[in-house]
Order: sequence, then C-alpha cells, then structure tokens
Amino acid sequence: MRCLRMLVRILVLLYLAGAPALAQTLCQPNASNGYRVRISIKTALGNQAYEWNENEMFLFRATMAFAMRRYYKTETYNVDNIIVCNQTRRVSFWFVVISPENPTMLIPKADVEKAVSMSRHRINNAFLLTDRTLEFLGIYPTLAEPVNPDTPPWLIVFGVVIGAVFAGIIALLVSSLLQKRRKEKGMMEDGQDEEDRQMKGVENGINLDGIYNRGFTDDDRFTKL
Amino acid sequence: IIRLSSLPNPGLDDRIPSHQELERMEKEEAGDRPKWDNKTQYMLTCVGFCVGLGNVWRFPYLCQSHGGGAFMIPFLILLVLEGIPLLHLEFAIGQRLRSGSVGVWTAINPYLTGVGIASLLVSFLVGMYYNTIIAWVMWYFFNSFQNPLPWSQCPVNANLTDLVSECARSSPVDYFWYRDTLNTSTSIGDSGGLQWWMVLCLLCAWLLLYVCCLRGIETTGKAVYVTSTLPYVVLTIFLIRGLTLKGSLDGIKFLFTPDLNELMNPSTWLDAGAQVFYSFSLAFGGLISFSSYNSVHNNCEQDAVIISIINGFTSVYAATVIYSIIGFRATERFDDCLEGNILALLNAFSLAEGNITEGNYAESLQNLNGTFPETIQSLDLKTCDLQTFLSQGVEGTGLAFIVFTEAITKMPVSPLWSILFFIMLFCLGLSTMFGSIEGTVVPLQDLNIFPKRWPKEAITGIVCLVSFIIALIFAQSSGNYWLALFDSFAGSIPLLVIAFCEMIAVVYIYGIDRFNKDIEFMIGHKPNLFWQVTWRFVSPLIVLVIFVFYFVTKVSSNVTYIAWNPSSEDFPTLEVLEYPAWIYVIIFILAGVPSLVVPGTAMFKLIRRCCSQFHLNSVNPVNLRMENNSISGHLNLPN
Repeated sequence: MRCLRMLVRILVLLYLAGAPALAQTLCQPNASNGYRVRISIKTALGNQAYEWNENEMFLFRATMAFAMRRYYKTETYNVDNIIVCNQTRRVSFWFVVISPENPTMLIPKADVEKAVSMSRHRINNAFLLTDRTLEFLGIYPTLAEPVNPDTPPWLIVFGVVIGAVFAGIIALLVSSLLQKRRKEKGMMEDGQDEEDRQMKGVENGINLDGIYNRGFTDDDRFTKL
Repeated sequence: IIRLSSLPNPGLDDRIPSHQELERMEKEEAGDRPKWDNKTQYMLTCVGFCVGLGNVWRFPYLCQSHGGGAFMIPFLILLVLEGIPLLHLEFAIGQRLRSGSVGVWTAINPYLTGVGIASLLVSFLVGMYYNTIIAWVMWYFFNSFQNPLPWSQCPVNANLTDLVSECARSSPVDYFWYRDTLNTSTSIGDSGGLQWWMVLCLLCAWLLLYVCCLRGIETTGKAVYVTSTLPYVVLTIFLIRGLTLKGSLDGIKFLFTPDLNELMNPSTWLDAGAQVFYSFSLAFGGLISFSSYNSVHNNCEQDAVIISIINGFTSVYAATVIYSIIGFRATERFDDCLEGNILALLNAFSLAEGNITEGNYAESLQNLNGTFPETIQSLDLKTCDLQTFLSQGVEGTGLAFIVFTEAITKMPVSPLWSILFFIMLFCLGLSTMFGSIEGTVVPLQDLNIFPKRWPKEAITGIVCLVSFIIALIFAQSSGNYWLALFDSFAGSIPLLVIAFCEMIAVVYIYGIDRFNKDIEFMIGHKPNLFWQVTWRFVSPLIVLVIFVFYFVTKVSSNVTYIAWNPSSEDFPTLEVLEYPAWIYVIIFILAGVPSLVVPGTAMFKLIRRCCSQFHLNSVNPVNLRMENNSISGHLNLPN
C-alpha cells in the first residue's frame, strides 16, 4: 500500500514537472495549430513606446485567454492555457492554446482564428496598437463596413449651388425685362414730347429748336447686299 | 530693311470709323455699345482670360521637363518677342475698329471675314471642352465636403473581404478619377452611355457660366472681381502651407535647377513658343472684343505689357506652388517606400525595431546582402529614389486630379485644402470661359445669324444650350478620350493659322503705316522700333515656325491616345491605343474646318462677286459701280 502511494506521488510529481516541458514541446515555430504574432510598438507609438517585457507578455496571454473565454462562452480558460515560445527581439513569438480539460490537446487553428477575429478590437486596444502593428500572421483583419449615407454628400452641395444659380438667372432675366420695359416706356414718352415740340416748331413756320430731324438718316449710304 | 508696302485695299476708309468720328463718339458716348465700368474690370477680365488652367498644369510640367530654371530663358525671350507684340496688336486693332473679331476683319477687308469665322469656331469648340474640365473640377469640389475624402481610401468589395481589385492594383486617387468620376471605358469607340452624375455637373457648369455671361460684360465685369483675384489668394495660401511641409523645398529646387544643355534642344524652344502662344489666349477673338469696349484713348500698349508681365509672373508663381506640393508628395512616397523596405528587412531577420533607420539603411542593407544574399533576393525590395518620384512629372488633368489630390490627402485637414484647390481651378477656368463665350457670341451677332432684335441674353442662352448638348459627348464613359482629342486638335493648329493671318492682315493688308498712325492717335506716340520689327517679321516668323513644326509632327506621327484598361497587361500604366479610322474625320472637322474657313470664305465671296458682277454686267453696266461699293462692306457705325 505504501509503495503504491509513493508510486502515485512520484508519478504526480513527474507529471507536474513534465507538464511544462510537455507543454513547451507543444509550442514550436511552424506548429500546425500555432500562430505567429508580430508586434511593432515603436512604429505605432513613436516616442511613447513602452518596452516589451515579461509583464507585457503576461498581459498578452491574459488577453488571449479572455478572447478564448469570450468565443467559447465559458470561464474555464486561464493564463496557463496560452503557451508562448520563440520570442525574438523583433518582437515576434509563436503561441498555441491548449485545452483547459486536456493539457495535451491543442485548440485547432480555425477556432483560435475565430476567437481572435471576434475580439481583435479589444486585443488591439489592450496594447494601444492597431491591426497593422499587432499582427497575427495568417489572420486577416476584417475590413470595416463602408458607411453609406442616405444622400451622397456631393448631391447636397450640388443642390445648393444649382439652387443659387437658378435664383441668379431668374433674378437677372427679370431685371433685364423690367429694365427694357422701363426704357420702352421712357422712349415712348420722349417720342411724345418730341412730336409735340416738332409740331410747335412747324406751327411757327420755322424749326426753332434745331432738333436733328430723324427723317433723314445716313443709313442709305451703305446698302446691304 | 525692305520696305514692304501694304497690299491694295480699296474702300478701307468707307468701312472703318475715321479718327474724327472716333473722337465724336468718344465725346458724345453715342451708340449702345457696352462699356467697361472702370479700367480695373477690363484688366481683371483680360488677366482672367489669359491666366487659366494652363498656367497651373502645363507650364510647371514644361519647366521641369525642359531643364528647370533654364526653361525660363526661352520662355521669357519668346514672351517678349511673340507674346507681347501679338497681345498689343489684338488690343490695338480692337480698340481702333471697335468691333468683335468678325467685325474687325471684315472691316479691314471683306475677304478676311473667314479669319473672324475661324475664331468663332475655335472659341466655340474650345469652350465646349474647357467647360467640361470645369464640370470635373466642380464634381471634385462637391465631393470635398466630407471627411475622409472619398479618394483617400479604396472602397471595400461586395462581400467585405478585400479592397476592390481595380483600386488595390492602382491607387485610391486613380480609382476615384477613372472609375468614380469618369467611369471610363477602355477605348474611344466604346461609348458606354451617359454618366448621370457627370451630366448634372456639366449642367451646373453651363448654367453657372450662363448666369455670369448673361448680359455680356455687365455681368462678367462684376464676376471677375472674384474669379480673377481668388486664384492668387489661394495660391499664396498653398505656398505658405506648402513651405511648411516636409520635402517642399526639394520640389522647388528640382523645378528650378537649371540644366543649360536643354537650351540646345530645339523642342525646348518650340514648347516654350507654343506655351507662350496658348497661354495668352490669342486668336480666340475674345481679347479683340474686350478691347473694343475701351475708350479710344486707352493706353493699349501699357495694358499689353502689364498683362504679359502678370501672365508670366503667374506661370512662375503657380509652378513654385505646385512643385512645393509635388516635392512634399514625392518625399512622402519616398519615405513610405523606404519604410516598407525597412519593415521587410526587420521582419525577415527578426531584428529589433529601430535597428535599421533611414540613416543607416544603405549600410545595413549592404551588410545583410553580404551575409544573406538569397534572403535579400527573395524579399524583392523596391528601389527608392527621390529624384524618380520628383520626376514623375505629370501635366494636365493627371496633375490636378491624381497627383495633387493625393498630396492633399496627406495634409492635415484635407477637406479644407481640397475645397480651396478646386475653387481656385474653378475660378481659373471660369474666367477663361468668359473670353471664350465673348469670342463666340459677339461674332454671331456681327454675322447677323440671329435676328437683330433678339436680346443678348437669348443669344448667350442658345450658345450655352447648344454647347451643353454637344458637350454631352464628354459625359459618356469615353468622354475623357474625346476631350483629349479636342484638346490636341481643336485648340492647336487652327489658332496658329488664325494668329498668322491676323498679323499679315494688320501689317500688310490694313497697312502698318496706317496702324502706326492709329496708335499714335489713340495713345499719343508712335510705336517704337521694337514693335515695328516684331510685328513685321519676328512674330509672324515665330508663329509660322511653330505651325510648321506642329503640322509636320502631327501628320507624320501615328496618332495615338492613352487609355485606362484594368485588364491590360501593364495595368496601372495607361495603355497606348491607336485611333480608329473614323476618328480622322473628326480630326479634320476639329482642325481642318476652322483653318480652311479662312481661305474658304474668301473664295466664296470672290465667287459670289464674280458671279453677280457677271450677271449685272450683262444686265446693266451702270450698276457695276454701286455693286462695287456695296460688296466692299456693310459695316455701319457705330456698331
């Protein structure tokens, strides 16, 4: 009995010691169920860039666990379920997700992709980065839906301009018409005055005013062909 | 100098007002000929007519492609030898004979009516396609009232997986221009139907032009206070903005760096001559018309010099502004290119960010190439050269609607700059259109095509309506290609022919002696030796040389055009296509008909005279003398 209990204890100890090692072997570059992550902090933040260290990595793993929880709608995922390896100075690394129930089983690539896509915005914001500066190689960001206003804005401006133009045309044409009518009325009155004056002149027998008699003009000098 | 006496010209004195009659008209202000409200309106109208889109998008390109600062030398020389004399000639003859182009040439000699009719046709054809460019400008203006600007990013395709392929392969600005604006087809033969948004913009452009030209110079005279001055304000704003952007000084340096070797190249001189000629809007008839509304003793010599100087200055100023912005754009492109390469290197070798910067890029690349040549090879790095980006010199619509709009998207508060830029282009184009309409409407009135009692509003309205209907060609999918066709042929060869005929007519048929006396009467002193030499020999010679060169080039070369074809191999490079055979008929109508109208009208009048003379001879010999008088002309004064 005692031998059995010790055996079990040794096995448990071995298992606990070996689990991380086992987990590490699960995470490899070009693993079939892993993704490579590339982070460009300096490009995104310039002077306000923070340094990538163990704490940031912890945040990454926690965020990924959050994403998995959100996707599967369960509370079983934890930081330990996200395994990271091959970190470079770039900063880039590989990660895999292991199932909380069975530590030897990796979550398939497709599911990880869907989980990441669903919470991409939250993941980006946790690090103050964007789709371009926090890259999951192989997962393409979904493009934002185009905003389609009911009336295209250009039609509104067009309407305003054309309304103003029509108003201008009508105003000018009407004022032209009024001007012409006023001139005609004025000329008619002038014509009346002149006729009266001419009559007076003729009555006296002499052309007193010396008004140029429009009866004879120079027009006939040039005949039109 | 050989004294070339003028050709015999009987009956000239009967057709034109004498100096005494001019004085009388001046004092009594008789006649209902329109007048300028003040000198400023006249100067602004002429400046507006001369300064147009060409100053902004043709001159900078020529400058940069013909040796930068060195191009100024042929430009300024030809400005003085060709531009100023021709301008003075048109101003003086208009002011003296107090009529539009048809009236002036008919008065000089009835057989020269063709020159006026040619001006009419050219003004009409050029006005049609020029206003279409204004319609495009208005479209961009309407679209500038949104943030982000529609040409700053590619649209997403139907299932939201990726950007639209045509846009992803070229660029957002290209896509917006060729697809969203023009919806261009792949060849000129493929008409593709009318694009409704373009029709609306075209309608807006013609209505706006109509409201400004409604009552002739009464309305345009007021409009030019804005349209002629606003471009300078906007250019200055852009200059200040441009100079604060990174890379602008590189652009200006690139523009003005002289390459004196280009002066040996004859095409530099020919391009300079052509640019001076077209830049002054000569031979359209508009300038003659505008000048005829002046008082008789207006100093047209001074006006010509001032306007030429303003025109030249504007070209240089606009070139500076444009190239400061192009320098900025080129630097942005260069930076993007370099950044892309650096990122590729960092990713490939997993180096920390900041290891490779712009400063040590060349060095690092060399090191890496030494140790890992195959990796470098597989990366396919682009060569980034600032000079290449700067010399992607574009002219014409490409400059305004592709290059400049791209530069604007990279500036902060882009919609504001976009609105300002397109208002400036709009004003530049509209003020040129005023001259075009003047050059179309006044000859129509002189030729008595419409009944005399029809008001000017109606005639202007009909001209605008007919132009709009024909200009619907440009609102098709293939409209862009038609416009390029019109631009190449309607606005080039006929103008040179008309200008040459104008000079010969004034100097040799009207008589340079009489012309000198007229100018002495008008401004108080005879034109000096410079004017004599240029009017008699230098300017006609230059115009003739340019004409021969253009004619020979156009006739001998294969006439091709460039088309936007997403399915072509070199996309996004534009495809070079040959015109179909039936286009040659159109080319003949555009270039041949206005040019042939000049001798054609003369022949027509000659034949008519001979026929009627023959007829009358056989009927009644007494009528011969009367016929002679009446055929000479029928210009009443004042007109």
